[in-house]
Order: sequence, then structure tokens, then C-alpha cells
Amino acid sequence: MSILEIKDLHATVETPEGTKEILKGVDLTIKGGETHAIMGPNGSGKSTLAYSIAGHPKYEITGGSVMLDGEDVLEMSVDERARAGLFLAMQYPVEVPGVTVSNFLRTAKTAVSGQAPALRTWVKDVKSAMADLKMDEAFADRNVNEGFSGGEKKRHEILQMELLKPSIAILDETDSGLDVDALRIVSEGVNRAKANTDLGVMLITHYTRILNYIKPDFVHVFVDGRVAEQGGPELAERLEAEGYERFLAGAE
Amino acid sequence: MTTSDMTDVTGAESAGDPRANEAAGGAAGVAPVPAQQELSEAAADGPVTDHSGAELESEGIALPGDGAKAEKTTRAHRPRSFEVSDFERPTSKQEEWRFTPLRVLAPLFEDAETDVRGEDDHPVTYDVDTPEGVEASTLAPGEAPRGTALVPEDIVSAVASARCADALHLRAGRNAEIAEPARVTITGQGAERRGNAHIVLETEESAVATYVLDHRGSAQMAENVELIVGANSSMTVIALQDWDDDALHITTHHAKLGRDARLKHIVVSLGGRAVRVDVIGELVEPGAEIENLGLYFADADQYLEHRLFVDHAAPRCTSNSTYKGALQGKGARSVWVGDVLIRKEAEGTNTYELNRNLVLTDGARADSVPNLEIETGEIEGAGHAAATGRFDDEQLFYLRARGIPELEARRLVVRGFFAELIQQIDVPEIREHLTASIETELERSMN
Repeated sequence: MSILEIKDLHATVETPEGTKEILKGVDLTIKGGETHAIMGPNGSGKSTLAYSIAGHPKYEITGGSVMLDGEDVLEMSVDERARAGLFLAMQYPVEVPGVTVSNFLRTAKTAVSGQAPALRTWVKDVKSAMADLKMDEAFADRNVNEGFSGGEKKRHEILQMELLKPSIAILDETDSGLDVDALRIVSEGVNRAKANTDLGVMLITHYTRILNYIKPDFVHVFVDGRVAEQGGPELAERLEAEGYERFLAGAE
Repeated sequence: MTTSDMTDVTGAESAGDPRANEAAGGAAGVAPVPAQQELSEAAADGPVTDHSGAELESEGIALPGDGAKAEKTTRAHRPRSFEVSDFERPTSKQEEWRFTPLRVLAPLFEDAETDVRGEDDHPVTYDVDTPEGVEASTLAPGEAPRGTALVPEDIVSAVASARCADALHLRAGRNAEIAEPARVTITGQGAERRGNAHIVLETEESAVATYVLDHRGSAQMAENVELIVGANSSMTVIALQDWDDDALHITTHHAKLGRDARLKHIVVSLGGRAVRVDVIGELVEPGAEIENLGLYFADADQYLEHRLFVDHAAPRCTSNSTYKGALQGKGARSVWVGDVLIRKEAEGTNTYELNRNLVLTDGARADSVPNLEIETGEIEGAGHAAATGRFDDEQLFYLRARGIPELEARRLVVRGFFAELIQQIDVPEIREHLTASIETELERSMN
């Protein structure tokens, strides 16, 4: 079973106004099979947490540690982190000109597993994963994210997650902007991955709606760059009723 | 690249599939009035969309009824002459030279003789390897068919013509069907040495032949390539600019197609300090067809310019042009200009041109200028598209976040981008050579 341990993580970003600290000491441990919802208002640093773990060059880690199964994630390059078993489903997946989805998926699978997948089973796996996510077969021949709708991009992210089989997945506001059908399809994908692979999930969200589809084991309220409160699923219900004001007031 | 790789990316970018990030224009059908209106609006609005930060594009569409402006800008009105004295030295104020680095290419604007230093010491050597059925000979200036298709349009071409006493002439005779390509390996012997060349490639009536011109080494090369494509014949030309880093090269390829003739013209420009390729295709008899394909990869401080002109001067001719370029490194620069003229008599014309550029790093710049001049409304279709995309840090992060190492990520993008074009090159060893060359270019950028 995998375990991701984040301890006292600090991160800064360069802005026109100077260096700004976004993460101010994050403590969080996610084990395989667990789902942790990270909830918080806009600007609280949720996405920065996701990108810092994935290794985006925009963020500088100024303190703390991130360990995956005892290995120092912060010492790894971006692609090494992915190969170690981390996956980030992005809020705004980028277009990649000239690269088809099928070519991209196979190259990524080859990189992550260290060898090219057996062609016949791979084609079958891709087709069935796409069918599960209600993605048309023609998708495979389109360029990565080029001309995709918002819902298509998110389904494409989940498709990658299902095929690459990470041990820990960070879903960065995967639910934002989705209609109910798309949200249900995407959530089913996450639940399938959990059932099939003992996946640990960090579910970053602004809204409680997705928690009707993906049941969290733990809920963390994220405010001003750190976890302000944590609890079980009942914490989400309280947030639903009370909003974030109580925590925001505390952060001032 | 393996075969399965190639199959996988088929149709990655198909022409005629307008996407959000490209400038496209066109006219179709036999309804001249609405088509013209549409084009006029398009021209007025300047339907040039943003291409994620790369610097680009202007486009021009001239139409019947534009009066004096159309007269003046018509591409066909450029003067043609064999007399060097009829041409001025290019200036950046002239439309056809406005992008070209004139200072870098200055040696080629001199009316200089071929730098021969001894019987066996030529600035450029020609290794001619012809299969059975292709005849090789030489032609003096004015000796037909030399000069029947190509009449110089600029000073470099005029000098190359005047100063080449014995043009290489390769000819596939009537009805000859030659599967093996005829190859001319053109090797420059020094970056400071001037070469002037005129080459005549011919397919007689109903002949089928492929000609490969492979430029290597280094030189200051002024070159004309004259293509005489006989009635109902099929000619494929593959011109490789595989020069060393310090070569200068300006070349004019000028084709004249007979009735029902087909020309597949492929340009691959990878090497050289500064290379300019003018490709002129005259469709002067009915039913002829030109397919222009081009691939270029510009590195730091490298200038690659490709200018196409397809002159539809007869009914029911077809032309398709697809050029794709990748750029990387500071000062990498490419220019693509695609002029298509559909003359009044060219009813039933079908034409499409496409240029795509992929900017891989900061500091590189691609310009793309499609021009469509239409003098008749009675056409099948006419269109163009140009787009430049960037491969940027966010794309790199995205691919790496899926476990793909950086070099592999760049390879993936560039291979995918060029795959469709490379597949259309019918000579396997050139396909392989190209794939390997692109790998080398990529690895160079990573070091």
C-alpha cells in the first residue's frame, strides 16, 4: 500500500509584487485506498499544493517534505514523480499540437511502466476505458486537448488516470464547470480506479457536489495555505451548511 | 520511427479541417458573387486569429474588381528576363525580398562567376546517379528545352542562368516508367566559394520518373531547377537542403506542366545558414495537377524561406500545397509565402494551400503569408490555412507530468507534427534519412 506524506510544506511563487508565500506549512498523509477531500475558498492555495507536489517549476519549495513510500518526491524531476506513481489531473489541461491522444497515451504508458504495453491488450484497454467514460473512438485520433470541450478535457484526464494506474492521484478541481452527466461519468471513473487499484485520492474541490458521487474518508478544510481543520465526511456537510466564513475569519 | 508510430498519428493534422487556432480563407463552388463577398469580408476583417503568442501572419486576397490594386499586386506581373542587367539588387522595400536577410545573402546578389580553381577543383561537385531509362546530358544557354519553362525572375536566378554554360539535363523519355529515383548529389566544397547552377529535369509525354537533388557540404549557391513536365507525365522532385551550417543558397524551381501532367514537388530544408527556395508552378494546359510538399526545421540563427507560386492559367487544374516547419533556438527564422493565382481562363480550378509552423523554443519566429488571387468565379474550390503553434513550458509540464521525459516529449510533438508529411514521401530511404535528421536536430536542441 502506498503512502504520501506531506510535512510542513512551504512554497512560494514569484509575482510582479515580489515573492509570495502560498503554502504555509501543509501537513497531510494519504494512504492507498483512502480518499481525502481538500476543500477551501478560492485563493487558499489548493491548486498550488497540487502543482507543488507534481513539481511545476513555477513554485519554489521553501520548506518541508513530501515523501512517497519513503522516497523524497521533492528530489525528483516532474517525470520521475509521475513514474514513481503520482498523478495530477489538471484543472486546465493544455493543448499539445501535433500529438494524437492515442500516441500520447501509449508514450505515457510506456514511460510510466518502463516498457511498451503489449499492443493487443493495450488497444483493448484504451477502447474499453474510453467506452466507460463515454468517449467516442474518434477521440483517439484527435490532438491532445485541441478543441476539446471542458467536459471532454476532464474525461480525458480521468482516462489517463485509469490507464496509467498511479498509486496516488491528485484531482485538481476536476468537478469545476461540469454538468451533472459529465460529473457522474468522471466520478464513476474515479470510483472504478479506486476499486481496481487501491488508489489513494486527493480530491481538491471548491464545491461539495462531487462528494455526492465520490465518498471521502477524510475532509480537510484548506485556508490561507494550510489545513485549518480536518474531520470525516460530516465536516463536508457542515461546510455545505455554514460555508467557509468561519475559517476565513479565523485566518485574518 | 517505427511503422506503428507512423500509423498511429495518421491524420493528426488534416488539411481542410479548420480548427480554432488557424487563419483560414477560401472560396468554393460556381457562385462567384457570394464567394466574392465572403472573401471581401474576410479580407477586410483580417481573419487572422491568435496563435498563442507566436508572431505571424498577414494574408491577402485579391479579387476581380479590385482594379488598380489587383493589377499592381498580381504575382504574374513580375518581370522575367535572361539579362542580368534587367534586374536590380534586391532591397528590403521590395515585397518579394522584405523578409530575406539581404546582408547575410549579399554574396549571392553579386554577378560572380563560378569559383573554379582548377580542372578538378570546382566549388560544387555533382554526382549523378541515374537508373536505366533516364538520360543525362548537358544543355547550353538557349538550347531547348532549357529556358522553355524557367525565365529568371530575379537577379540571382538570372546570374545562375547566365553563368552556367552547361546545364545538367535529366530526361525520362516518352512512356518510360522508371521506378528508381535518379539522384544528383550536389556537394559544396567551401562556404566562401560561389557556385552557379542550372539543372533541367524532364519527363516526356506519359513518362513517370522521380528526381532527387541532395545538397550537402557548403557553398554560396545560386541555382535554377527547371522542371519540364510533359503531357500526361508524372514527375516527382525531392529537393533536400542538407547543407552544412554555413552554406548560403538561393534557388528557383520553375515548373511548366503539360496537359494532364502531374508534379509532386517536395522540398526538405534542414541545413544551411540561409536558404531561400522559390517554387513556381505554371499550370498552362488543362487537367494538370501540382502537389507541393515542404518540410523545414530551423535552428538557432538559421534562416529558411520558402516561396510558392502556383499559376492557374488553364481550366480544370488542381494544386495542393502543404508546408510544415519547426523552429528552435534563438534567431531561428522561417518565412513561408504561398501565392496562388487563378486566372480568368482557369475555370474549374481546385486549389488549397496550408502552412503550419511549430515553434519549439523562445526566440524563434515564423512568418506565414498565404495569398490567393482569383480572377474567375467559376472555380471548384480555393482555400488556404496558416497556423503557428507553440510548444511551451506548460505543454512540456503536461507531458512530463505523465511520466514522459523531456527529450521524448519534444520528439513526440515534432514527430507527430511532421508524420503526415513524411508519409507522403515515396522514397523509403529519404523517409528514414529525414526521420533520423529530425532526431539529430532535436538532440542538438537538448544539449
